[in-house]
Amino acid sequence: MKNNDSLIQKDAGASMLVVEGLTKYFSIQQGILRSRNKRLVHAVENVSFSINKCETLGLVGESGCGKTTIGKLILIIERPTSGNIFFKGSNVEKLKGRPLKNYRRAVQAVFQDPYSSLNPRMKIQDILREPLTVHNVSKDESVSRVRSMLAEVGLQENMADRFPHEFSGGQRQRIAVARALALYPELIVLDEPVSALDVSLRSQIMNLLKELQTKHGHSYLLIAHSMAVIRYMSTKVAVMYLGQTVEYANKSQIFRSALHPYTKALFSAALPVRLDTVDDEEILEGEVPDPADPPSGCRFHTRCPTAREICRIQMPQLQEIEPGHYVACHLHQ
Amino acid sequence: MREQNLVKKWFAGQHKITKSTVSAKEDAEEGNTALLRIVGLKTHLFTSYGVVKPVDDVNLTINKGEALGLVGESGSGKTITGLSIIRLLPRSIARIVAGSIHFMGTDLVSLPEPEMRRLRGRHIAMILQDPLTSLNPVLTIGHQMAEPLREHCVVPSPNLNERIHSLLRMVNIAAPTRCFHSFPHHLSGGMRQRIVGALAFSCMPELIIADEPTTALDATVQANYLRLLKDLQREHKTALLFITHDLGIVAKVCDTIAVMYAGTIVESGSVRNVLENAAHPYTRALLQALPSPFHDVDYLPSIPGQPPTLDSIKAGCAFAPRCDSSFSKCTENAPPEVETEPGHNTRCWLYVQ
Repeated sequence: MKNNDSLIQKDAGASMLVVEGLTKYFSIQQGILRSRNKRLVHAVENVSFSINKCETLGLVGESGCGKTTIGKLILIIERPTSGNIFFKGSNVEKLKGRPLKNYRRAVQAVFQDPYSSLNPRMKIQDILREPLTVHNVSKDESVSRVRSMLAEVGLQENMADRFPHEFSGGQRQRIAVARALALYPELIVLDEPVSALDVSLRSQIMNLLKELQTKHGHSYLLIAHSMAVIRYMSTKVAVMYLGQTVEYANKSQIFRSALHPYTKALFSAALPVRLDTVDDEEILEGEVPDPADPPSGCRFHTRCPTAREICRIQMPQLQEIEPGHYVACHLHQ
Repeated sequence: MREQNLVKKWFAGQHKITKSTVSAKEDAEEGNTALLRIVGLKTHLFTSYGVVKPVDDVNLTINKGEALGLVGESGSGKTITGLSIIRLLPRSIARIVAGSIHFMGTDLVSLPEPEMRRLRGRHIAMILQDPLTSLNPVLTIGHQMAEPLREHCVVPSPNLNERIHSLLRMVNIAAPTRCFHSFPHHLSGGMRQRIVGALAFSCMPELIIADEPTTALDATVQANYLRLLKDLQREHKTALLFITHDLGIVAKVCDTIAVMYAGTIVESGSVRNVLENAAHPYTRALLQALPSPFHDVDYLPSIPGQPPTLDSIKAGCAFAPRCDSSFSKCTENAPPEVETEPGHNTRCWLYVQ
């Protein structure tokens, strides 16, 4: 905990978004009588990080590690069980009325599946204009902004009259990006923005996102499972396992000298592009445990090749190993 | 009584299998090592919108015990190619209109359905993408695993359970007995996919078609599964047709590669040749467009445009509209297959002398 606090304070000055000890439990009920067997899914537990202006934080981990839940908590789709989210110094949890609306305007999202995130019964221009109407942008202004947004994401102006089903997956994802961009947000949550796309389209969308960031200076929270995507897009990386951050560092630190055994395992599991990088390193056995019944001690000890006795008993805390490089592992305490 | 019937069926089955395939097996052993040879395959779909051509002139060869990676984007026809081989196409709309599929000396295109049925599972098996939908939810694992063994009479029935247990151990299931009595929903995604793998290997077929078997799995589970599949394939000298969109998987698992684009194979050869010395502009562009987890890249050159939908393919090379080295010839006629180096073929006008 102490270490987490220091992490925040150090970053807090310059940071746009600060997340502090964020925790979210979902309760699931089983049995005929609803009160029976009430269990808690530990989706996110004591996660802290910060995002500066113009930065991209990559959240990487396998399914069930809580990365999407973090995105939802930041978008206030879900409320946290405990912990705080600070946006430019003010606590998001306490926002009401106009400041809350301003926050929603400043934080936008692009989701994984461009087939389900666009309303099939709305024309593209209506999809793009909806956020503008909600946030009281004048009619003339919104017409011109729809036009400029389409141009920015590389679509033609005459496409505004069409419906989503007339577009391919890559084009739809461009529309989703245009919608997120229409209000000139300061932070965009990208939840697996390219994993539903074809290989040849992924680099197109990733390049577009990077270009837009350079141009407008917004930040990204990039949620992805692919180390390759994270490496290409991020400036900072947080590796998640079963709801907890196991490693948090700048991109160069994590890709040059990963410390946590899980981060290393993700690297060995990553698929090569060229033959020279094919080598069989350590491959993890087993699968991610049930988040409703997480293992004791270090969450990773059931699959960790270097687990010791202490890992089964005590949960390691996130500690700063070198400036800006945090690891939660007993090997590095 | 039931036992007797089974034994009868077993003998009958044995007889039929020998009749149809042993001579073919011998042919293959004598003549060449090609296990599967597809020549000029065209599979078309006759839909209410007109004829769609997902597979249009595909040539493929898989040798015994070899792993071939069939790579392509969605809609490039790789799955339909796989389904054409095992003849599980949607019968109402899909038809193989031209070409031949020679498997161990028999042409599968003209093989009558009962013969084909004896081949499926016994000599050619398939692993599908989603392990949840390829297992029957209301039958125990043991029950479903007995099905192909019983159908093809590979194991006499008293030894069935023993065989299933050894198959489960083969795919690293920690508690085979418990798994034997479980239903699919009791098991995790990775375990289910390993059981589907065990099912495919259960009759020790000569060829396994794996259609994106790891897309539904997590990264670390995928790595584990790929290694298992590779080990089993090597151990049993099974040929593997690995259908995937991921060049990384091919680099890790396969010996040869065939790159598919809009219904045709645009480049094929050994994995080393194709990945290190790609000839076709599509393969080259694809390799450049992939981000690497092991290197820092500032800018990824991307392929402009998008893959063609199958009903929009025009004359000439299907990749021409997105190709940066296309010229007039490319839009006029489809390019022929050219050998750029021994065993490395490509379909591109750049290499036609």
